[in-house]
Amino acid sequence: MTHVVVDPVTRIEGHLRVEAEVDGGVVKEAWSSSTMFRGIELILRGRDPRDAWAFAQRICGVCTTVHAIASIRAVERAIGAVPPSNARLLRNIVMSAQNVQDHVIHFYQLHALDWVDIVNALHADPAKTATLAQSISDWPLSSAKYFSGVQNRMKAFVERGQLGPFANAYWGHPAYKLPPEANLMALAHYLEALDWHRRFIKIHAILGGKNPHLQSFLVGGMATPVDPDAQASLNMDTIAALTKLAADGKDFVSRVYIPDVLAIASYYKEWASLGAGVGNYMCYGDYPLDDGQNPELLIPGGIIYGRDLTKIDTVDETKVTEQVAHSWYDYADGDAAALNPFKGETQPHYTGPKPPYDRLNVAQKYSWVKSPRYDGKPMEVGPLARTLVAYALGRPRTKQAVDKVLSALSVGPEALFSTLGRVAARAIEAEMLVDSMNIWIEGLADNMARRDYRIQDNSKWDPGTWPSFCFGYGFHESPRGSLGHWVHIVNGAIANYQCVVPSTWNAGPRDADGQPGPYEASLVGTPVAKPDQPLEILRTLHSFDPCMACGVHVVDASKRELARVRVA
Amino acid sequence: MFNLSLKEELEQRGISRRDFLGFCASMAAVLGLPETATPAIAAAIENEARPILVWLEFQDCAGNTESLLRATHPTVADLILDSISLNYHETIMAAAGSQAEDALAQTVRDNAGKYIALVEGSIPTGADGGYCTIGGRAALDIARAVCGGAAATIAVGTCAAFGGIPAAAPNPTGALSVADAVPGLKTLINMSACPANAENITALVVYYMTLKRWPPLDRLRRPLFAYGKTIHDNCERRAHFDAGQYVESWGDEAHRHGHCLYKMGCKGPAASQNCPTVRWNEGTNWPIGCGHPCIGCAEPNFWDTMTPFYGRLPNVVGFDVGRWIDPLGLGLTGLVAAATFIHGAVEVGRRRAKKRGTAEATESER
Repeated sequence: MTHVVVDPVTRIEGHLRVEAEVDGGVVKEAWSSSTMFRGIELILRGRDPRDAWAFAQRICGVCTTVHAIASIRAVERAIGAVPPSNARLLRNIVMSAQNVQDHVIHFYQLHALDWVDIVNALHADPAKTATLAQSISDWPLSSAKYFSGVQNRMKAFVERGQLGPFANAYWGHPAYKLPPEANLMALAHYLEALDWHRRFIKIHAILGGKNPHLQSFLVGGMATPVDPDAQASLNMDTIAALTKLAADGKDFVSRVYIPDVLAIASYYKEWASLGAGVGNYMCYGDYPLDDGQNPELLIPGGIIYGRDLTKIDTVDETKVTEQVAHSWYDYADGDAAALNPFKGETQPHYTGPKPPYDRLNVAQKYSWVKSPRYDGKPMEVGPLARTLVAYALGRPRTKQAVDKVLSALSVGPEALFSTLGRVAARAIEAEMLVDSMNIWIEGLADNMARRDYRIQDNSKWDPGTWPSFCFGYGFHESPRGSLGHWVHIVNGAIANYQCVVPSTWNAGPRDADGQPGPYEASLVGTPVAKPDQPLEILRTLHSFDPCMACGVHVVDASKRELARVRVA
Repeated sequence: MFNLSLKEELEQRGISRRDFLGFCASMAAVLGLPETATPAIAAAIENEARPILVWLEFQDCAGNTESLLRATHPTVADLILDSISLNYHETIMAAAGSQAEDALAQTVRDNAGKYIALVEGSIPTGADGGYCTIGGRAALDIARAVCGGAAATIAVGTCAAFGGIPAAAPNPTGALSVADAVPGLKTLINMSACPANAENITALVVYYMTLKRWPPLDRLRRPLFAYGKTIHDNCERRAHFDAGQYVESWGDEAHRHGHCLYKMGCKGPAASQNCPTVRWNEGTNWPIGCGHPCIGCAEPNFWDTMTPFYGRLPNVVGFDVGRWIDPLGLGLTGLVAAATFIHGAVEVGRRRAKKRGTAEATESER
């Protein structure tokens, strides 16, 4: 039995540590630990709820829109604000752009190096690389000369002897399976994706002033004015710019990202039967398609238990709980308690080893992430969960896209429950969302044609219009999965604030019953050829797209804390 | 293929001389240098040995990392990243675990006193270091060792520069800025803002490589080229402020026509940064440009002193360009919370913002 520690897990957001027991070249048990804590929810207490989105947004600079969205939705539900049509459309565009950008950057910058050996690309024949690239896509950057240029650039970089961020990696590891030509093609696209995302993210600069940390969210709407006859508003020029940027985004996703995923996956089919994890999937649903009270959602919500796609439960937010049996927090009623976020409590209490340390005591508490459960069960959230729910519900768009991928790889639907399934679902989702952006851009233009320029529900802006006590929750399907914020407001100020975040669902430690979280469960059975170079562990971890700054939060809604709120 | 000159590398990457000089000219503009400085910048970038950088992340959100990835003209930004040897950066490096930590240890050991440390995120001091560990080591220990051995340290973003959001009241983890966590660093530059604008980070590096020195700083250790003027002084909506034309509610006629956001809570008069001129994401836009007030994100303790964000700054008079440059309107910002205070319902004692810079006024009022 070899004890493997991976800390830091790199190419993620935040600080993640994994410990694993490896026996006979296979992971027998794994523990996921988040090693950083800030306490943003404690910081939010006592503040103006209209400011909360900006604080919550800083939970994460990678998924830089998601906590802002969940926050304004939670506060709007609490105070009864109803964002107008333009705000819904602007939010959908902002959210989908985030999702698409995030998925592409995740695949190329954060995940690809687990599958692609860039040093091996130096041995590729550029002419054969061109043939390969042209066989999978009509993307124009595919000539032998182009790939030769990329290869020379890499060669110069390697020969300079300063590998910088590529130093000390696992190049030449036996688990790398791509031929040199596929490695070279992927390397070229790694570099192209960097350029692409900078252009695509201008959608956020137009609608949010800047990225990261867009600054146009408002409780009740959006701060970006809409008026085709004004220079300082979203007008026909911006509609045209958004349309062009969305089209360019679609081009890259459909002609580079999707073909690359299929090509790379075809060499790693064994990963379609590895990394399944807990087998329960949850999706709150998102992207309202109309302005009604119960709008149709582009991404439907639902719950799947035990990989059974024949039965989809509807989501009931009261069944969401969090546990701290193995997390560095105290509950008043002890570690066996499981509390809904509206009744939750948190007292951070670090009981881990005093740093510097070599090993965590995993029999006790070992993470800053809590253990969320739905109806007592661990749930995987994210693109795979969303895709499975939509697929099981028979949504035509998703069904068609999934079946196309399954047939291209000659595998059945069971292959979705895997490391590779997460990779494929992310790509499928990116294409669906980038396609949908046009609907919302056209919707803005339609509203302008009707002279509907409203961006904000101003009737609820003044805190004097709010009830003295109110509470609400806001859900969002963020790139990494189902996100929920819960807020209590007392006399116009936040009495407490809580987030249950995708990476909390996925990265959480064992619960009081010893049920492992999705990361932990998915690593069991993972082959590890060289325990000192745990490349395979990274593959499955990265397939979840960990975002640890998001995952760690303080839930604080204890009665004790509420009692300290004084009514002026 | 060994030791390619930059000229050869540029050619290999398909970057024309003209593109490169265009980049150098835009850098000169960011730095406030005359156009005649362009050849000097180009020469410096081409001839300079590649500085070694390590990028540390502590209590961060990776927003500054993401900002860096969006830097300037894409291909040339790639080049700049390559002209630097970035030996450690958790979010982008290929290696993980002990191999990643070895890369850092080796860099610090072999290049003592020569490398540049960039820090993103604040550094917690509570729980005996348990609030942030990397590779089992406490953030504070890593910061001391790595920044202590660096030729210079750049605190990127408001969390590293001033403590930022983790240090906002009640500062649950005892979070500190780099300056407070590792006192006595001989060269420390604060590139505050949430996040720092990529254009300014790049400009700082180019400044150093071109002029062979670090730029003059304000009293908060921020480069004057990026923080030497207030948002208000350079704001494209300033004329509306001076003319008394204000947005009164979201989406009203004045809002749609780009009038002043002062009454909606804009902190531009108390915020120092070059957003109005450099803008964001390759000059595409900036927060006031898209209709939302400035929140003063480059200022110390702005989460406490500039909130509520939609509360009005008191006592701002018009026709007074330059008035707020120094002392940076700090006395002013402390009054925001008092002027628009809605927190009366909540326990006062929790607000124990560290007394530093501008915090005193707010503190006593709460």
